Amino acid sequence: MAATVIVIGAGPAGVRAAQALVEAGLRPVVIDESRRDGGQIYRRQPEGFTRTYDTLYGTEAQRARALHEAFDALRPHIDHMPDTLVWNVAPNAVHVVSGTHHRELAFDALIICSGAADRVMPVPGWHHAGTYSLGGAQVALKSQGCAIGSRVVMMGTGPLLYLVAAQYVKAGATVSAVLDTSTFAQRLRALPQLLAIPSTLKKGIALMGILKDARVPIHRGITPVEVRGTPERGVQAVRVTLADGAMLEVECDAVALGYHLRSETQLADLAGCEFRFDHALQQWLPVADEDGRSNVRGVYLAGDGARVRGADAAERAGRLAALAAIKDIGMTCNEDDANKLRTQLSRFTRFAAGLRTAFPWPARFAATLPDETIVCRCEAVTAGELRRVVNDMGAKEANRAKAFSRVGMGRCQGRFCAHAGAEVIAAQARVPLEAVGRLRGQAPVKPLPMALAPHEDMETSE
Amino acid sequence: MIERADVIVIGGGIVGTSTAFFLRRRKRSVILLERGLTGQQASGVNFGGVRRQGRALEQLAMSNRALDTWRRSRELLGEDVEFLPSGHTRVCYHAHDAEYFHRYAADARAYGLDLDVLEGAALFRRFPFLGRDVLAASISPLDGHANPRLAAPAFGRAAARLGARIVENTEVVRVEKEAGGFRVESATGDVYRAEQVLICAGAWANALSTQFGEPAPLTARGPQMAVTEPVPYVFQFSMGVYTSIKEESVYFRQIPRGNIVLGGGPPGPADAGTRRASVLPANTVAQMAQFCRMVPAMRPLHVIRVWSGVESYLPDSEPVIGPSTKADGLFYAFGFSGSGFQIGPGVGETLAELLDSGSTPVDLTSFSIGRFQRASSTHAESVTSETSP
Amino acid sequence: MSGRFVRVAEKERRTFGIVIDGRRALASEGDTLMVALLTSQEDLRDSEFGDGRRAGFCVMGACQDCWVWTEAGERVRACTTPAVEGMSIVTRLSQAEEGVWPRL
Repeated sequence: MAATVIVIGAGPAGVRAAQALVEAGLRPVVIDESRRDGGQIYRRQPEGFTRTYDTLYGTEAQRARALHEAFDALRPHIDHMPDTLVWNVAPNAVHVVSGTHHRELAFDALIICSGAADRVMPVPGWHHAGTYSLGGAQVALKSQGCAIGSRVVMMGTGPLLYLVAAQYVKAGATVSAVLDTSTFAQRLRALPQLLAIPSTLKKGIALMGILKDARVPIHRGITPVEVRGTPERGVQAVRVTLADGAMLEVECDAVALGYHLRSETQLADLAGCEFRFDHALQQWLPVADEDGRSNVRGVYLAGDGARVRGADAAERAGRLAALAAIKDIGMTCNEDDANKLRTQLSRFTRFAAGLRTAFPWPARFAATLPDETIVCRCEAVTAGELRRVVNDMGAKEANRAKAFSRVGMGRCQGRFCAHAGAEVIAAQARVPLEAVGRLRGQAPVKPLPMALAPHEDMETSE
Repeated sequence: MIERADVIVIGGGIVGTSTAFFLRRRKRSVILLERGLTGQQASGVNFGGVRRQGRALEQLAMSNRALDTWRRSRELLGEDVEFLPSGHTRVCYHAHDAEYFHRYAADARAYGLDLDVLEGAALFRRFPFLGRDVLAASISPLDGHANPRLAAPAFGRAAARLGARIVENTEVVRVEKEAGGFRVESATGDVYRAEQVLICAGAWANALSTQFGEPAPLTARGPQMAVTEPVPYVFQFSMGVYTSIKEESVYFRQIPRGNIVLGGGPPGPADAGTRRASVLPANTVAQMAQFCRMVPAMRPLHVIRVWSGVESYLPDSEPVIGPSTKADGLFYAFGFSGSGFQIGPGVGETLAELLDSGSTPVDLTSFSIGRFQRASSTHAESVTSETSP
Repeated sequence: MSGRFVRVAEKERRTFGIVIDGRRALASEGDTLMVALLTSQEDLRDSEFGDGRRAGFCVMGACQDCWVWTEAGERVRACTTPAVEGMSIVTRLSQAEEGVWPRL
């Protein structure tokens, strides 16, 4: 009997993994939370929308089209489960829910392609209505044809900062300023690594040109001071310190905030994968070998959900992980194909390291966040409250601090507070970031409805 | 380094930390040794019910003492452990359980527990949101709930402020009787000495009690806990289903912030050795259906997190509390079988009294660790008599 | 109709009616509920913990900031829920008539 392979995520990694599996004669189950395939970067707009691929995806139009067409061709050969959340992973089975229908699905191999979301560093006032992540600002435009406001400030660092700003400008939205915490010097230092993928580097430079032509003010080396706003009306302005020490205030009605990306590792965690602290990235990531094998037999990790290297890397990593699964199942695998993919991926790894050098995560901001800054948006817990549990209750570890302060107890389960929260704890306790540990993963990975149907009654499609 | 005190408490859960606290109020010197951090195990993962109702009658004396401490907890501990005297209510679906409610209410009155039992129209007038399968409700107005993540650590800090030596990250590997008391050794070779020792190490107590020839048949189980997103604060009490059908036995409490904490049904797997416990997905799904049955208004809500931990059970679901039968000056308190949170401070106060003064008015005979030796020796006798001519 | 989000593309779509806090509003075919709400008004809900109005954050179903109540007492995550004709959403629970939640 053919092996059951489940792919979680229909973004670049998941689609290419499914493709390799189908080529090998398997019929994978492909589960995605969204109604449509494409993941985040290649999100498909709703049916009936009219924008062209060039408008939506710019320089990546061809890749986006190729990916979408690949998935469309796969449909008859896979069991596609859209609008379906994998809320838990058990040994050799996933637990899924769609609406109020739920099921347990056994697998022989599981390829987790869960993608990434923005990494955020809090700034006073970022809880005000009108503050979004850079990824969120992009989705609003790409998927819904909306700008997040009429005067948008983009703040943070990373290639997405410039990409989203340029996309907004091209779409006719008003970008009031681009505020980058990284410096030009950091960008120069990264050049050797960024040259690993010259085409991407060139695209980045071109984005800058779009912004300059549109006369969007760009400031580098800034330090965020405050998102000014009111509880009732939301965002009104952004205040930063410029590199030369001067204060700048930019009026706006929306802020898009982000510091590059952070892997969504919750499913890998529930699957029992071992995590290791990555010193270069200063975060905990699931351990996987070069091909995406985790330490759990039958569980593979690919794409930005395992390690952020971008969409092009994700396509290759997805395929490579599928080849590993195919081989491990005992079927023939094209070793040349795998070798080529490994070589290509090493270039993306170098490029990703370059991005980190060029656009570093500003860990140092955590120590100087004013006490009243909200760190945990879900639970409205401030930096001061978090520091208090470190000082007064001796909580120097992430889970202990969560138990005492509630940071990480909210709906998002730490997605948007865990990194900065750990930095605040480390700074206050004067311990290395690694010593703070990481929040223990707990199901469900996203909110699970109480009104589930009494019995498992979900169909898989096709 | 050799440290010495009047009493060594082994185990930093609610029992150990409250015992240390009450011993310090009696001016006895205390060293508390905790393998991890205070309150991390059963004491920190349980439902948080502060409930006297439903306990075996023998527990009620300590449970009443505990309630008194919970009610004064902010003043005693100098911290807020979020005790809410919101009342605790049991409901039932079956006629024989409703009859039991009336019997228990009558029996418990003699122990100072005053309960109201409601049925029919009065029941639904009082609790209009209850599902119509509910037959009766037994209300304990003075019971309530508290935050289990905060409580034991708060007792530990309060004990430390009074001069207790609370030593975390210290695993005890050996306890030996010696002249004048006991010698307690940690995994890293540190030695502690005291005249008296209390072993309240939860699921791990058996490893130490066995060293004195007093094994206890502990089983580790994982409570199946869940919590909803915050919603408007309307359920100002703790409530659970009383039933012999395990799947039906769910309970919930809402906190003022709005989250509803959920628990119950059959327990999940727990491993004392690895200190890991898990929530079975099927249990979460089944629990949710039971909650919607008990309170249909919960249907639109979402569970945002589940958790479990290592609780330890004894075969009769009653704890071991009291002196060792083998070594003078050695005491035990463990095996609370999923019901140790509320009573913990009452056990701590009683043990402090016993260790300090030599006696306590609370009758602990039914909780003796000796009952497990009696059981096994009785079995041996009957086997012998069957085989002898 | 002024809201927080600004439509910059796909402006020629069929519209349909929804209700927000008892007030009629127009959504466009293909809108998520979040976009339907935020093209009509500035925010989605009150923070439970007193820090003011919220209007979502990640727009991709990760942050869980955009959960809203329907008039019928259901919970929906606005950024991943399609807007549908006749939807009635309550963004100011305290101002709604009694009975949004809990339903007895």
